[in-house]
Amino acid sequence: MKTIQKKLLFILFILPLSLLAQSSLKGTVLDNLGQTLPGVNVLVKGTQNGVATDFDGNFTINNLKKGDVLVFTYVGFTTKELVYNNQTELNVTLTEDAQQLSDIILIGYGTVKKSDATGSVTTVTTKDFVKGPVVAADQMIQGKVAGVQISSGGGAPGEGSQIRIRQGSSLNASNDPLFVIDGVPVGADNTGGRNPLATINQNDIESVTVLKDASATAIYGSRASNGVIIITTKKGQSGELKVNYSGNVSYSSIAKQVSVLSGDQLREYVNTFGNSNQQGLLGSASTDWQKEIYRDAIGTDHNISLSGGVDNITYRASIGLTDMNGILKEDNFNRATTSASLVGNFFDNHLKIDVNNKTSVIKNNYSERGAIGAAIAFDPTQSIYNEDGTYFEWNQQLASRNPYALINQSHNYGNNFRSLGNIQTEYKLHFFPDLKAIANLGYDYTSGKSYGGYGYDSNYFYTNANAFYENSKDSRNRLMDLYLNYKKDISSINSSVELTAGYNYQNFDYIFNGGNSVTIAGTESLSLPTKTGYNLQSYFARGIFNFYDKYILTATIRRDGTSRFAPAYRWSNFPSAALAWKLDKEKFLVDSKIISSMKMRFGWGITGQQDVTLYPSLPTYLSSDPQAQYQLGVDVNGEPVYYTTVRPQQYNPNLKWEETETKNIGLDFGFFNDRLTGSIDLYEKKTKDLLAYIPNPPFVGFSNYDNYNIGNLKNQGIEIAAEVVAVKNDDWNISVGGNITLQNSKITGLVNGAPNFGIAAGGISGGIGNSIQRQQVGYFPNAFFVYEQAYDAQGNPIDGVFIDRNKDGSIDENDQYFYKKPQADVFYGFYTNVSYKNFDFAMSWRGSWGNYNYNNIASNLGWSNQVLIRDTDLGNATTEILDTNFNYAGSERYLSDYYIQDASFVRMDNITIAYNFKNFLGTKANARLSLAGQNLILITNYKGIDPEINGGIDNTIYPRPEMYTLGLNVNF
Amino acid sequence: MKNFKFKLVSFFSLLTLFFLYSCTDELNTKPEGTEQTADELYANPESYKQFLAKLYAGLATTGQQGPAGQGDVAGIDEGFSSYLRNYWNFQELTTDEAIIAWNDATIKDFHWHTWTVTDGFIKATFYRLAYQVNNCNEFLRQTTDEKLDSRGVSGALRDDIKTFRAEARFLRALSYWHIVDLFGGASLTTEDSQSEFNLPEYASRQELFDFVEKELNEMEADLKAPNTNEQFRVDKAAAWMLKAKLFMNAQVYVGTDRMADAYTSINKVITETSYYLHGNYPQLFLADNNSNGAQNEFIYAIAFDGTYTKTFGGTTYLTHAPVGGSMNAAAFGINGGWAGIRTTSSFVSKFNGMNSDARNQIFTAGQTLEINDVGSFTDGYAIAKWKNVDINGNQGSDASGDFVDTDYPVFRLADAYLMYAECFLRGGGGTEGNAVGYINDLRERANGNSSGNITAGDLTLNFILDERARELHWEGHRRTDLIRFGKFTGSSYIWPWKGNVINGAPTPTYRNLFPIPQDAISVNPKLIQNPGY
Repeated sequence: MKTIQKKLLFILFILPLSLLAQSSLKGTVLDNLGQTLPGVNVLVKGTQNGVATDFDGNFTINNLKKGDVLVFTYVGFTTKELVYNNQTELNVTLTEDAQQLSDIILIGYGTVKKSDATGSVTTVTTKDFVKGPVVAADQMIQGKVAGVQISSGGGAPGEGSQIRIRQGSSLNASNDPLFVIDGVPVGADNTGGRNPLATINQNDIESVTVLKDASATAIYGSRASNGVIIITTKKGQSGELKVNYSGNVSYSSIAKQVSVLSGDQLREYVNTFGNSNQQGLLGSASTDWQKEIYRDAIGTDHNISLSGGVDNITYRASIGLTDMNGILKEDNFNRATTSASLVGNFFDNHLKIDVNNKTSVIKNNYSERGAIGAAIAFDPTQSIYNEDGTYFEWNQQLASRNPYALINQSHNYGNNFRSLGNIQTEYKLHFFPDLKAIANLGYDYTSGKSYGGYGYDSNYFYTNANAFYENSKDSRNRLMDLYLNYKKDISSINSSVELTAGYNYQNFDYIFNGGNSVTIAGTESLSLPTKTGYNLQSYFARGIFNFYDKYILTATIRRDGTSRFAPAYRWSNFPSAALAWKLDKEKFLVDSKIISSMKMRFGWGITGQQDVTLYPSLPTYLSSDPQAQYQLGVDVNGEPVYYTTVRPQQYNPNLKWEETETKNIGLDFGFFNDRLTGSIDLYEKKTKDLLAYIPNPPFVGFSNYDNYNIGNLKNQGIEIAAEVVAVKNDDWNISVGGNITLQNSKITGLVNGAPNFGIAAGGISGGIGNSIQRQQVGYFPNAFFVYEQAYDAQGNPIDGVFIDRNKDGSIDENDQYFYKKPQADVFYGFYTNVSYKNFDFAMSWRGSWGNYNYNNIASNLGWSNQVLIRDTDLGNATTEILDTNFNYAGSERYLSDYYIQDASFVRMDNITIAYNFKNFLGTKANARLSLAGQNLILITNYKGIDPEINGGIDNTIYPRPEMYTLGLNVNF
Repeated sequence: MKNFKFKLVSFFSLLTLFFLYSCTDELNTKPEGTEQTADELYANPESYKQFLAKLYAGLATTGQQGPAGQGDVAGIDEGFSSYLRNYWNFQELTTDEAIIAWNDATIKDFHWHTWTVTDGFIKATFYRLAYQVNNCNEFLRQTTDEKLDSRGVSGALRDDIKTFRAEARFLRALSYWHIVDLFGGASLTTEDSQSEFNLPEYASRQELFDFVEKELNEMEADLKAPNTNEQFRVDKAAAWMLKAKLFMNAQVYVGTDRMADAYTSINKVITETSYYLHGNYPQLFLADNNSNGAQNEFIYAIAFDGTYTKTFGGTTYLTHAPVGGSMNAAAFGINGGWAGIRTTSSFVSKFNGMNSDARNQIFTAGQTLEINDVGSFTDGYAIAKWKNVDINGNQGSDASGDFVDTDYPVFRLADAYLMYAECFLRGGGGTEGNAVGYINDLRERANGNSSGNITAGDLTLNFILDERARELHWEGHRRTDLIRFGKFTGSSYIWPWKGNVINGAPTPTYRNLFPIPQDAISVNPKLIQNPGY
């Protein structure tokens, strides 16, 4: 009651003033970094009275009355309301609203408001990217998205990652998601480079959107079975020139070495078990070969971007220079990138032209990766150098090479040039503005060269090594999208309809320009040029129907054709449908104080997969190279005549599309004014007509393997993601988020009528043609198929003794059984962001549970033969050999469950602390100084050096280093 | 403005039409360069011979890149998929003639007679043999009269192709003979079988035997007359030789005595051709054995070349693997030995008292006669037979000394001489005078004079077996010979480390055959495993 009185008094007090005084206000609008903001809308609430700020962020607004509410709105910033209180001047600061930026999400051939999305889609924007010295988009979203597993191939700078969205849908066809960069779907081909995504500078990336379920991905039909990752780069904003510098320097060092015998341990071992010839080979040194090939490495990264806008054109351009050393000596990744984007609006915004280009030049020094394996396997009793200063070598054809000499003598380089760009024109028809015609022409050209060779001295024994080699490849991907978009709001009933239909063309050419090499002995070899490629074309249509802003139906249909299959099987149709129900708009929730947003999603769709070899259905012949010719007869001079041979290549004319049907139920929720937000998704993916590369029955086909459509696969999962803004006030902002994914996968069919039919998979090092995994109905894809190790009373494995599981009195393949699998049952990521005044702190963790590795380093290097293989040279073994004393040569030892080891882990990917300076060093600039650490904590029981192994077969991985990064970011 | 709008709309419409019209055709892509479509390939008249060259090369190389790359047999380390390397290992490492020091997977199991159904080498060999059959079948499918008519092939090329087809059938018969010999039964597929996925029926040893016999009879007319074909291509004599081999072992293969048929064929090899013994035994196994005169003795040889036909199998393996210890690699024309293969004292004893015999190329320096440690190269005498130097001691064409030029004689006249003598002894036909004469031809070449000659009284089956070892050791005959003489398994003949015992032990007779690889049976359950496995 008291407040009402006050309010009444207040109104009474101001009413006359407002009637009398009609005054004006001048002001400036700034962003939170102190930069002026042009083009901000300033509006008196409830009136038509409004202006926009000029290029200096200034505005003047007239006819104000005291008590008028001024509303400041600007895209990407939080809207601010201020009460006019007869000021004459006013400075307003708007804060950037990342939430709002992510409110618009990309769905392929269009965008949709997040609240209206019907599919399972997650967008990660700048603020949520993994910090630190990342060089590619995949690393920026590691652990941030439920259902998405990303693990790098190793610790080399710029190394590519394996990305799995909702598990692999295929057995042998690609399980990689489709990447779409600014509207251009790109291939994974990458001659001379490392990670194909590393060609896009991470600083240029605005957002990464992951489309997970079929209703979201179906619009990309032909390549969408494994999800789609849409990368959008930053664009300019209208206003004055903004300059941003960001850079960092990083320091990395090896986290863990493989545990192998020391010099003394090896001497003792050989003196105990070796013969006299072998004992005679022992040296007196104690060389830690791994220490000799690794180093502490420094990396630097500098990026400058310029952006702004003039009239109806906005622009952004950037340049980046990255120079990172790997911990393997000589390993270096050197990258220069440029990006440019222009967006123009013409003819009263009827024609929008969007031009993008990203170019990168990457120079790699790969060093000699073979040294990693050699350092584990080389005799530690030998010195690096002989007394005469030459490198110690066994000078035996089959022996390991001196790892240190390999680093210094063998050089491998790869240069990669990539240019990726598109021009998109969007024309809103003058006579029918609801209809837009869009043409998107894109290209992605890559040119790569690999070269290197051995530097050597005159005593060099291995004269068959290449003194020089070189080869080069180009890939050319051309794209065209032509589509129409019709959108009509029926505001009378709060509904809308949007229709899109079009045609997509993509052509990929791979041009191998040939190569040549010369051995030290002078033998020249040539690789002949080839040109291959494939072509994809599609017709697609989508309708989005919004009823009363409560129910949203999305339906798509796509007809896809691929050059990979024969004409009869070339085309296939891929439909999808999804329904979203915005519960928060229903009466029973609209006034809820607790639930601020809630939406249920139901999706269904079918996607296709055709990504196998380039010509799986076409009968072709492969010519031999000049070193694999065959002599038939002699010429008139009696000289041999060598024939290039031709070989019929395997092909299957009946190959057709692999199809994945996905069902998805999702719930998006926000509580307490969206302080707690999150989503839950349940999915089931069923793949049929699996494209599998399986053994032919002997005496059938053109090889012992070929591609077939065979069998079915089922994947299921639950994904939960949530974020809580725990504290939010002027000084503090604390948010905690995380996601967890539970997943399951099973092969549900292979060959009809042959329930025990199995496909060997997962080739290992050691033995001949041994495989550790097997595809069989009823089991996980790539489950390990092993012998059961026998143990003695003390729990130690008994050499060469395995359990006769079928009790038939002999140990044979019928005793093998399925035991564990490389895929995690559960994986998760969690992170926290804390800011206090000018400080901020972030941390992200990631882990998985239920995944197992085959420790191939232990199985291949942990037995006597590794040391005592010949009389002419010695090797080194893992220290495990001292406990196991393994000596058994049969393949059962390699295939023992003893080597299947729990690879669950929790890893702290990143920890960052930063301070934000205003008026940095007395200038107008703002700056941020940060210190980050990567891979500092790893918790695991796994016995190898790193549990995170793509595919589950642990075999001489490039160790992932611990890394510290000091970064500076300045805005002028 | 309106004009512009119109233009813009027209532009989009035209663009759309243009692309839709021109694009769908682009779904018919094809490779350019080393890979070509069947239509493109067969437009070139040379292609038939290039395909034939692949059939011959199937025994030499492992893939379309030398020495390794684009492997023929998938899922197996390419180096282990070499036809000849595997065949040689099967035929020699399992016998008294050879033992290997390496620990490459289960390779020692060969000598010990302890191999299993999951053995990687056995799998690699079975798949290689099947692969060779598949390629031969496809060649025959692609060269039917119907196909040739449709491609307008006529004239001299058509006549050539007729011969090529006979050679392809010979090579297929050769591989099926290897299957009969090593594995017994398998699947029988021909050019009439479908090449698309199906599970072919099991064909017994008898069925395969009959097929090889029928094929050899049928193809003979189309093969060239003896000594009239190009070097490294087969003629009628090779078919006779293979037929004789099939029949001589018929008792083992199918339980039937076909010695008389064997005699007919082998006599033709000797009397209806102009192959002749080269005067110098060691030169048969040198880098220039394609031109030093040795080629006149070779009825069928596999061609290797250090520059143009590179492989880690074949004679590259046979030259490197037996060099180690104190042996001088340079004298073998190679850059280093692989310190693997030696021989046993049982074989060494075959040359007792025959030090002047040129076939005795046993290397003893730094080696011990007896083998205490199988894994030690210097245990056991070495054999210096295969070399990559020419008659003047110069290294072969590969300057790095990796890949060798030496060709591998599959069938040579000396073998025919010994087969004649054996046929005679086993009652197949022929005369004692000829038999003794042929043996003495070999002896005189080996000794340079008649000092080693034998008389009719020396001519016994045991003598033949030993003489075959002396003449043909390390040429891939030993296992078949021992089985024919009943001495491979069982206890009638024991040699060091047979049965994985230092002085040798009997082994079960089921090991006269190798098992069908387990993997092959998993893929085609119609295959029937050999007894004992």
